[in-house]
Amino acid sequence: MQERVKKPQFDVVGTRPIRPDGVDKVTGRAKYGADLKMAGQLVGKVLRSPHAHARIKSIDTSKAAAMPGVKAIVTAGDFPKQASEFVPAGEGVVNYRDISNNVIARDKVLYEGHAVAAVAALNEKTAIAALDAIKVEYEVLPHVIDEIEAIKPGAPILHDDMITIGMTPPPTKASNIAKRVEFNLGDTAKGFAEADLIVEREFKTKAVHQGYIEPHACLASSSEDGSAELWVTTQGHWVVRAYCAKLLNWDIGKIRVTSSEIGGGFGGKTVVYLEPLALLLSKKSRRPVKMVMSREEVFKASGPTSGGTVKVKMGVKKDGRITAAEGEITLQAGAFQGSPVQPACMCAFANYDLENVKVTGYDVVSNRPKVAAYRAPGGPISTYGVESVVDEIAEKLGMCPIELRLKNAAKEGTRAAYGPKFGPVGLVECLEAAKDSDHWKAPLGPNQGRGVAAGFWFNIGGETTVSLQLNEDGTLTLMAGTPDIGGLRASLCMMAAEELKVDVSKIRPIIADTSSLGYNFLTGGSRSTFSSGMATVEAARSIVKQACGRAAKLWDIPEEAVTFEDGMIRPAGENAGKHKPMHLSDIAKVAGKTGGAIVGYAAISAQGAAPSFGVHIADTEVDPGTGKVTVTRYTAIQDAGKAIHPAYVEGQYQGGAVQGIGWALNEEYIYGADGKLQNAGFLDYRIPVASDLPMIDTVIIEVPNPRHPYGVRGIGETPIVPPMAAIGASVRRSSGVRFFELPMSPPKVLKAMKAAGKA
Amino acid sequence: MAHVTLIGNLRQYTGDVTELHIEAGTIRQLFRKLGEMFPELAPHLEEGLAVAIDGQIYQDALLEPIGDDAEVHILPQIAGG
Repeated sequence: MQERVKKPQFDVVGTRPIRPDGVDKVTGRAKYGADLKMAGQLVGKVLRSPHAHARIKSIDTSKAAAMPGVKAIVTAGDFPKQASEFVPAGEGVVNYRDISNNVIARDKVLYEGHAVAAVAALNEKTAIAALDAIKVEYEVLPHVIDEIEAIKPGAPILHDDMITIGMTPPPTKASNIAKRVEFNLGDTAKGFAEADLIVEREFKTKAVHQGYIEPHACLASSSEDGSAELWVTTQGHWVVRAYCAKLLNWDIGKIRVTSSEIGGGFGGKTVVYLEPLALLLSKKSRRPVKMVMSREEVFKASGPTSGGTVKVKMGVKKDGRITAAEGEITLQAGAFQGSPVQPACMCAFANYDLENVKVTGYDVVSNRPKVAAYRAPGGPISTYGVESVVDEIAEKLGMCPIELRLKNAAKEGTRAAYGPKFGPVGLVECLEAAKDSDHWKAPLGPNQGRGVAAGFWFNIGGETTVSLQLNEDGTLTLMAGTPDIGGLRASLCMMAAEELKVDVSKIRPIIADTSSLGYNFLTGGSRSTFSSGMATVEAARSIVKQACGRAAKLWDIPEEAVTFEDGMIRPAGENAGKHKPMHLSDIAKVAGKTGGAIVGYAAISAQGAAPSFGVHIADTEVDPGTGKVTVTRYTAIQDAGKAIHPAYVEGQYQGGAVQGIGWALNEEYIYGADGKLQNAGFLDYRIPVASDLPMIDTVIIEVPNPRHPYGVRGIGETPIVPPMAAIGASVRRSSGVRFFELPMSPPKVLKAMKAAGKA
Repeated sequence: MAHVTLIGNLRQYTGDVTELHIEAGTIRQLFRKLGEMFPELAPHLEEGLAVAIDGQIYQDALLEPIGDDAEVHILPQIAGG
């Protein structure tokens, strides 16, 4: 493991203490979504559409409702109708009509697995029998799965009122294109005219699922007085609360949501599926209702990310300077609009300092489950196309692909294709580290090849609240509201310990519920260590200020004459040496007698997030007899700004790389001609497991973010951006064939190698 | 005066105007003036936009100050996974 970390300037930050949630997780004590239980709870189950596209003519629940043990049934008719309007809801804008209609179909089912009704019963067997007893009459409609087929004339239209936004003049007829977006900089025609070489290619990627191990699960308990409690596995329980309140027309303040431990989310647990159903079933049945998705339901009814078609055209001078770049990105949104086409366009060429660039994107609906965010949403798809073309340009020019990237790399002052100029960023440092790495210089064996690619993600801040309590024995309790997916609690405790100069093990963190802490936006956008970290530092500094104030009162000296140094509260100036320095724990003992508890509280809208660039190197070996690609060596290099807990930063780099490797080599949603998903399980949807992979080596680059107290950048999303292009470039060299479609699974690789005379 | 650039699809609400100079002390003041200049744009300023001031992207930060001669970009809000 290489580490390019500056000489430590901190006592705690940058070290690797044991995570505070570790023991409970390895002993099985930690409670995930499905582990929660209440006395008298019912089992909730969902009836799902067997059709890809159909009109619901009628739903007859009478027979099911009469069955012994069935306590409640809900259909769309039990939910208030939502107007079609786009409203801000934290993660961009949402259309609550679409969210409501995705949670439970109202007039039409739009994909296989779309929820039609939900039942609460005494046990699972009864609930399933009740689902069988619900009679739904469908008028089956023609369906369309592929995004390019969906925009052809004559394609089945999913929404009669969908008029494409962003077209001039606006269309007059409905289509499956929800939105067209465009980003421009300079003059691409002029840039291409100056080019000595132009490469133009089209790429295709498949829809892939986030693949979190823990399925969606929740437990709801609604009271007769209109209040409700919800326990749920989620990336953002304040967001769940807001969505549920809106969809049910309940008061936000009457819903208390507690997030369980979370067994992976990767963006897929930022929306609601079961939660509104469980709350309403609980209200109707007057019993707690627990709902857990099966793996098949997770695949069929919760958001994968888009598949898409990416066209890339790039022009370069002989010396490798890129003169122009164009992209056209068409992404599947699923059954409702809202693919990540906008960030896909904005990320596409972000690695490069370009004068002339144009990117156009299309958001396309088809009869698939509505996509949800997945790590750097959209970025991996567009970057796969662009970085693959950059690799081909390097090959055609006879240049080292790292040198080509260094020649064009974005740096401080570079204007991104989406407008603003970058502040301090670390792409050049990542590329230099790649070039200098042992991996890049190591020899390759027969049938082996090496590829490299770069990636980018913006990162965000947002609303965040943290409370830090100084307990009477000097220990501390830290309450955060961003669910801990990747080691957040450890990182927050470390930042608090750094500020307060206390042993990190003396700080116990919890993720508070929505009624115990001010608003917190979700864990997503690589924001939680950045944002909750900023709030934690502010809360800790508040504790120091309060403690110094108490000491001043005890010493009868002005507050300004007290300092906090090396973990001790000391009299300063002319009072120096006149009083015995005190530790925080000394103040804690007398807090109750000097004004009450000492609590640091920070409620902020965190601003100042900074982007993170990464560079990945991949070695592959291709079996010419079977077409199987084996990753033999892999290195992920990325700018973290400042790694608070380097082991968790490495874990993020490794996890993102592995998910990208799966996307590149095996993972795909496979549909039959009937519009039904053929591989809704981990046996047929193959994610990489440990035995498939080498150790993923990591290099942490630290170009500090000047807007964070410790220099932190978000790091969770960037690592999934480069892998597909890095693997593609590697397979090009190990197989002798350049691929333009993912996944590069054995049958496709073998077929292409045979066609090229390489197998 | 700040140099303001509208990114992406916003031009369809401004008669294709994408660059202009506006005197505004905060993002809120900027949005109010843009809304007055381009009434069709006004409702969209409430919908998931980010503002970059001299390269730094701000989201949900209506009170963020805008310096004299600042370079301002109004672009789609960014989220993540």
